[in-house]
Amino acid sequence: MTVHNLYIFDRNGVCLHYSEWNRKKHAGISRDQEYQLMYGMLFSIRSFVNKMSPVDFRDGFLSFQTSKYKLHYYETATGIKVVMNTDLGVGNIRDVLSQIYSTIFVEFVVKNPLCSMNEPIQSELFRTKLDSFVRGLPFFSARAG
Amino acid sequence: MSRQANRGTESKKMNSELFTLTYGALVTQLCKDYENDEDVNKQLDKMGYNIGVRLIEDFLARSNVGRCHDFRETADVIAKVAFKMYLGITPSVTNWSPAGDEFSLILENNPLVDFVELPDNHSGLIYSNLLCGVLRGALEMVQMAIDVKFVQDTLKGDNVTEIRLKFIKRIEENLPAGEE
Repeated sequence: MTVHNLYIFDRNGVCLHYSEWNRKKHAGISRDQEYQLMYGMLFSIRSFVNKMSPVDFRDGFLSFQTSKYKLHYYETATGIKVVMNTDLGVGNIRDVLSQIYSTIFVEFVVKNPLCSMNEPIQSELFRTKLDSFVRGLPFFSARAG
Repeated sequence: MSRQANRGTESKKMNSELFTLTYGALVTQLCKDYENDEDVNKQLDKMGYNIGVRLIEDFLARSNVGRCHDFRETADVIAKVAFKMYLGITPSVTNWSPAGDEFSLILENNPLVDFVELPDNHSGLIYSNLLCGVLRGALEMVQMAIDVKFVQDTLKGDNVTEIRLKFIKRIEENLPAGEE
């Protein structure tokens, strides 16, 4: 099992943070274009899922998978979006994504008054904490990185 | 599951006197820095707003409260969960407008004013106005534009402290410019 990469978006679609661990193929476009493309797709999927749902539901869009990877999505009521790509062997990791939000993003970005909350995160402490958290996940392959 | 980063989600309790006195020092300084009460009120509201937009993230992370679906649910969460968590009090929710878009929070005792007596020359000062900013900022981050103001204040001789919240509109999410 493995973790490929992780995006954090704010409510306006700004990519606050991106990191990757085991990504073998790159998009062939600039990073900024990639973020924009990713956010646009998430935005569309979200409204698609909500419109097409035959029943009322709280959680909304949770994940999708292709033949090769799985995209996990977590959104807070404030519109912070945590997106993680893993391989197909990884099950539901909602609690992991919510932990990234509550114990890393909130602790080291929101509670750091010098960290602006609507532009890419510069904090080295945040990066280190996030990296070691993800590397410690049981489904983070030891060979990766 | 790895739990190495699990600090901070539980709430830490502390003596409210330090908080109350710090707030008092802030208001005192603002009264020195600005000539009239109106400007002090404005600054308190602005500071509160800046606190609110961050506090909401901490609140959501700790409380596991999801999106509220109507204003009544919002009122309940504010009074029973948020005020309890941050100020240690549970205001009562009353005086609903018929349309359900306005209500009051009644505070029997306001922790911010424990040691305060408002001098006569500051009759225009809304001492706890920071709270209005906090509420406004926090709710704005969850797509709710609201109007918040004090309508009764024990500091001004009223029996209770009453904060009035009025729902203005839902803030729609927009796709960022340059994308279709």
